[in-house]
Amino acid sequence: MTPTKPQPYRIAKRGQLAGARTVSFTFDGKTYEGLAGETLASALMANGVHLMGRSFKYHRPRGVIGAGVEEPSALMQISRAGQNDKARTVPNVRASVQEVFDGLEAESQNRWPTLPFDMGAVNNLMSSLFSAGFYYKTFKWPRAAWETVYEPFIRAAAGLGNAPERADPDRYTNRFAHCDVLIVGGGAAGLAAACAAAAQKRDVILVDENPELGGWLLSDTDIRIDGRTGHEWVAERVAELKAAKNVRVLTRTTGFGYFQQNMVALNERLTDHLSRPDIDMPRERLWQIRAKQVVLAQGGIERHMVFPGNDRPGIVLAGAAQTWLNRYGVIVGTRIGVFTACDSAYAAAFDLAEEGVEVAAIIEHRDTISDDIRKQAEEFGIPILTGHHITNTTGRLRVNGMSAKPHGDGGKEQDFEIDALLMSAGWTPSLHLYSQSRGKPAWDEATQRFLPGKSPQDCVSIGGCNGTDDLNAVLMEALEAVGSQPKRHDITDDISCSGGMIGATGTSADKGKAFVDYQNDVTAKDISLAVREGMHSIEHVKRYTTNGMATDQGKLSNMHGLAIAATKLDKPIPAVGLTTFRAPYTPTTFGSIVGQARGPLFDPVRETPIHHWAVENGAEFEPVSHWQRAWYFPQAGEDMHEAVDRECRTVRETAGVFDASTLGKIEVVGPDAAAFMDKLYTNGWSKLKPGRAKYGIMLREDGFIYDDGVVGRLSENRFHVTTTTGGAPRVMVHMEDYLQTEFPDMQVWLTSTTEQWATIAVQGPKAREIIEPLVSGADISAEKFAHMSVVECEVCGVPARLFRISFTGELGFEINVPADYGRAVWEAVWARAEPLGACVYGTEAMHVLRAEKGYIIVGQDTDGTVTPHDAGLSWAISKIKPDYVGKRGLLRSDLVKDGRRQLIGLKTKDPTKVLQEGAQIVADPNQPIPMKMLGFVTSSYWSGTLGHSVAMALVEGGFDRIGETLYVPMEDETIEVEVTGSVFYDPKGEKLDG
Amino acid sequence: MAKAATTIRATRDNPVNNKRIASDGVLVETAPDASRLALRATKRGATNFQKSLSVTLPRKIGTSESKAGVTAMCLGQDEWLIVDMKKPDDSMVPKSESKEISATDVSHRNVAFTVSGTNAADCLNAGCPRDLSLAAFPKGSAARTVIGKTEVVIHRPANDTFSVECWRSFAPYLFAFLKDAARDAAL
Repeated sequence: MTPTKPQPYRIAKRGQLAGARTVSFTFDGKTYEGLAGETLASALMANGVHLMGRSFKYHRPRGVIGAGVEEPSALMQISRAGQNDKARTVPNVRASVQEVFDGLEAESQNRWPTLPFDMGAVNNLMSSLFSAGFYYKTFKWPRAAWETVYEPFIRAAAGLGNAPERADPDRYTNRFAHCDVLIVGGGAAGLAAACAAAAQKRDVILVDENPELGGWLLSDTDIRIDGRTGHEWVAERVAELKAAKNVRVLTRTTGFGYFQQNMVALNERLTDHLSRPDIDMPRERLWQIRAKQVVLAQGGIERHMVFPGNDRPGIVLAGAAQTWLNRYGVIVGTRIGVFTACDSAYAAAFDLAEEGVEVAAIIEHRDTISDDIRKQAEEFGIPILTGHHITNTTGRLRVNGMSAKPHGDGGKEQDFEIDALLMSAGWTPSLHLYSQSRGKPAWDEATQRFLPGKSPQDCVSIGGCNGTDDLNAVLMEALEAVGSQPKRHDITDDISCSGGMIGATGTSADKGKAFVDYQNDVTAKDISLAVREGMHSIEHVKRYTTNGMATDQGKLSNMHGLAIAATKLDKPIPAVGLTTFRAPYTPTTFGSIVGQARGPLFDPVRETPIHHWAVENGAEFEPVSHWQRAWYFPQAGEDMHEAVDRECRTVRETAGVFDASTLGKIEVVGPDAAAFMDKLYTNGWSKLKPGRAKYGIMLREDGFIYDDGVVGRLSENRFHVTTTTGGAPRVMVHMEDYLQTEFPDMQVWLTSTTEQWATIAVQGPKAREIIEPLVSGADISAEKFAHMSVVECEVCGVPARLFRISFTGELGFEINVPADYGRAVWEAVWARAEPLGACVYGTEAMHVLRAEKGYIIVGQDTDGTVTPHDAGLSWAISKIKPDYVGKRGLLRSDLVKDGRRQLIGLKTKDPTKVLQEGAQIVADPNQPIPMKMLGFVTSSYWSGTLGHSVAMALVEGGFDRIGETLYVPMEDETIEVEVTGSVFYDPKGEKLDG
Repeated sequence: MAKAATTIRATRDNPVNNKRIASDGVLVETAPDASRLALRATKRGATNFQKSLSVTLPRKIGTSESKAGVTAMCLGQDEWLIVDMKKPDDSMVPKSESKEISATDVSHRNVAFTVSGTNAADCLNAGCPRDLSLAAFPKGSAARTVIGKTEVVIHRPANDTFSVECWRSFAPYLFAFLKDAARDAAL
């Protein structure tokens, strides 16, 4: 290598990048040139760079191993020049698949201070300390050290690259789609199946994780199909698919998840390969495909050989070396060795030899090879050592030698000088998606591999992932899969991928560092140790050693690990098991899964028709479920406390106007409406007269309070039910559930009308005076329109449902008008109210006003374990109804026994002290810790009206404690409280009539 | 009984009045005001109620009938959503009550968007998991489904046109969602 010549390992005439643009990129700050269309790993190797990263545990120098997504070692931090805003940088990108572009900035990971000199490599010298199960053994005790020492240490050491520091600025989108046939994998099998399905006019989606379709056909220059090269054949198929109307081809798209009923999730990457992406373009698109048929054509993944020192930079998969040469024109070295148990590695060696690369020796693990291959090797002058294995390699930052000897004891060890080493242990069919589809892989003894068994869904595997190696058979299988007549092709492909082995070679299962899992630094010895220490299932071996648990999810390591464990256990491989494949197939970004659901689209924010009036009038808001509700309306100079005090006082003295539109509303209609209400609520409804309203409590089957609200009967067959704001959807579901499953014979229907109505509450002594002139079609005088009445009339000339109802204890009305008129009616009400000295008030004042009256809020004063009796609402339970939901539950022994927590009032001895909601209550503050907790505060406010704080609490045996003194221990003081009834204001209810 | 002193101009106001976004092959716009009825009925009730309508009530779930500005969509075995674009301010709730039906005015509960153009279906499929191809969801189809995190009723009045109804407080979210989706509809 001469440093002045750029890309010394590039063979210009080889590969498919003739005429490609030269691009400039950096790696660890140094600038290199590559060709548009190749991967980052390929471009680095063209420049003679093999050292690309450090391993996770031992920090061993590592290069790239594969040319695909299985890559365990060459993981890098990728950024774009000019975008060093730390928002778009991506860690753990596989250099083997990252396309190189102008301005790409790559950085190695897991090293300090530099990649060639990494302090962490000291772990390598202490590797005997870090054997399998190291964490479990070492960090067990002392127990206290886990939180203070071990966990922080492990967390600091863990992780490879750096997560971006700022919010992701890119767009991610989602698309649901349906098709007749989804084909995953665009190699020979997938292309043939897609063309055949397209010819049948079926809707086809074909996806491939690579930028180009063609799969292995792009890497093999020797194949001829009906006289065409692999490239020509692929180009013809691609043209056919392009011309078809019913075909969607998605490249750079990974099928990463296979779910129920042929739902397959795809991740499409649109900008990661671009120098200057259009900012409007989504970075990734998630496709959720529902396919009538799924055809899996994912091919296979080549396995590495397990031998001591198999991880030095320059040691690569044979198929990867062939891909780099035949697609990108890059040679991995100038004098290479080969270690193989599979024929396909010979094709790689011969292709490289054609370009003048010296092949020092092919170390063949098998005892024999075919005469044909031997003859070809002889023509190239390549020595083959059959029945041999590699005993060791040398070279610190790049392999520079290998030693090999015959299998068994003795035999002469030979040393070879090399600068790269190709290896192949054969090909593992990719069963990931098949397994995710709930398929059970079946062991094929003859070829020593797992193959797809029966398909539990309408799914068929073809080609390499089905264990079909012969190309003619692959193409026939592809046509058959989609119901086309298979036809034979005239195919020449001189070297197949037959052969292969799994497990450790030589004595490496017991000696030396023979890596099974490169990324997690799991050696064959570690697997053996795990078995010795009692791990007999592959699931245990995996977790004990972390084999297959890195970001590559064991694409290279699983089969070797399994075979080593099986050998040590002396059991057949299927008896040791295969770990389950789970989604995602390859690492998938959170952005892709989240899609549009970020920022303003994270979740709907619901606003009432009166919302913008509140905004314009200075309201502060609080979220209540999905709703934004006006919290309080501060006037100039007021803080929250002062504003709420004023709002409460004004309501009590004059009147207040309140937006209650968020209350849930359900229209219950039908001849059995009253009978249905009788079943769903605790009190009786049949006798409620049209025009009257009633407070109702709804229980769950277990007798606990589920919701409450006021219900008006509009006519014989029609009820207007209100629910809590947060409870509206679940109450509707609860009612519909009972109607359909328990009471299907009832003729009654439910319609959600929450959003049909804007609800304006007018409360206070002047409430009637405010609204009376606006109402037509009804007499709302005290005599004609009593408390708890409802009437359909007009307000401001629009149709309305007017309730006389109070959640403040004052004379009150709730005006329901169609929502589109809500703001206009609100403004008309306010125009009347303001001159009379009334105020608008928010939810905080509403809470104070109701607490002064002891009105509960479901979900605040109840927590799912409170019965109506506990809440002091026994009066709302019918004693004569034969049945209602929760009636049986209320009789359960635990619900009737003494000492249940009951809702009572609390008055602090110091009237200015406001208790904290959630604070715990004890009888004796001097008892030893842990104290006996009697209950807790559920609601607590300052009451300006009463001049002291008010609180409600759930306290054991509370009703019998009225008058007792209890204590609320806080961090810095203990607050003395007196137990009272829960109605603090106007206990006789005289104010309800104004 | 006091005569109402104050009446207001009955102009309807919803949170997405006159919204409109055009993208490559997609136009999303707020539909005009309409009168809407949520109808639940027995078979006999539906037959009787039909007499007051200008359209027949479709009986097959997922289908609709449209005539003279009125569309009746069959959303369930006893459930219809009826939309009248011609008389947006008239309630369709019958004056006299029948035990065979539940007629509830939901004119103001819902807001509709019209999504049209060659890429309209793709735009909706950004958030709607249903198959909206013409084969599976032909002209005239109607269904309750979801878009993103919002429940909607989708009706297809023409091959390239969809009407999407949602509850009013979800309308700003739905519009924002469709606006984002429209940018990605033309692949």
